[in-house]
Amino acid sequence: MNALMNIFIWALAGSSFLCLYRIAMGPTPPDRTVAIDILGTLVVGFCVIMSLLSGKDYYMNIGLSWALLSYIGTLALAKFLERRSFDE
Amino acid sequence: MSETIGYILITVGVLFDILGCVGLVRLPDVYNRLQAATKCVTLGTCMILIGAAVMAFGRGLDALAVKALICTAFVLLTSPTGAHALARGSHKSGVPLWQGSVVDKYQEAEENKS
Repeated sequence: MNALMNIFIWALAGSSFLCLYRIAMGPTPPDRTVAIDILGTLVVGFCVIMSLLSGKDYYMNIGLSWALLSYIGTLALAKFLERRSFDE
Repeated sequence: MSETIGYILITVGVLFDILGCVGLVRLPDVYNRLQAATKCVTLGTCMILIGAAVMAFGRGLDALAVKALICTAFVLLTSPTGAHALARGSHKSGVPLWQGSVVDKYQEAEENKS
């Protein structure tokens, strides 16, 4: 069944390229921010599939911390788009 | 048995991820893109994580399964919050709606308040 796992990885890589297209071509800054947020969520799925393929669980640690940091980055960019300071 | 359930869940999740990213490319507006992408990709990644937890319990990798479940709860909590903050920020920074949009309740509420 490793062939199926390879298909999953290639499908997630294709989705990441669609996100990268939106990051490169997005007409406004919020478009790019949305695409960066979605790319972070895709990387979590990528990490868990890599972890199942290899049988090691440290890839899942990377995915967990990536989800945390991606959320904080999204909130910071949203506050920046709102033209407000960070501490309110 | 748990392998089959896990593969089915991961397949459905990957399909949702692809559909969300196609929506991110094809839809005309920031708000439409946010709608399609956030919902589809959150549901898809959560299904991938739950399927991976089922498979890991079947294989005896308990640490991986528990981490995947924690990550599921975290993604379910944080992704709608981030999407809400992004929609509010992009509306306040003055990104216009698509010309085919019919209603803008947030703008009406801001005008009624002032």
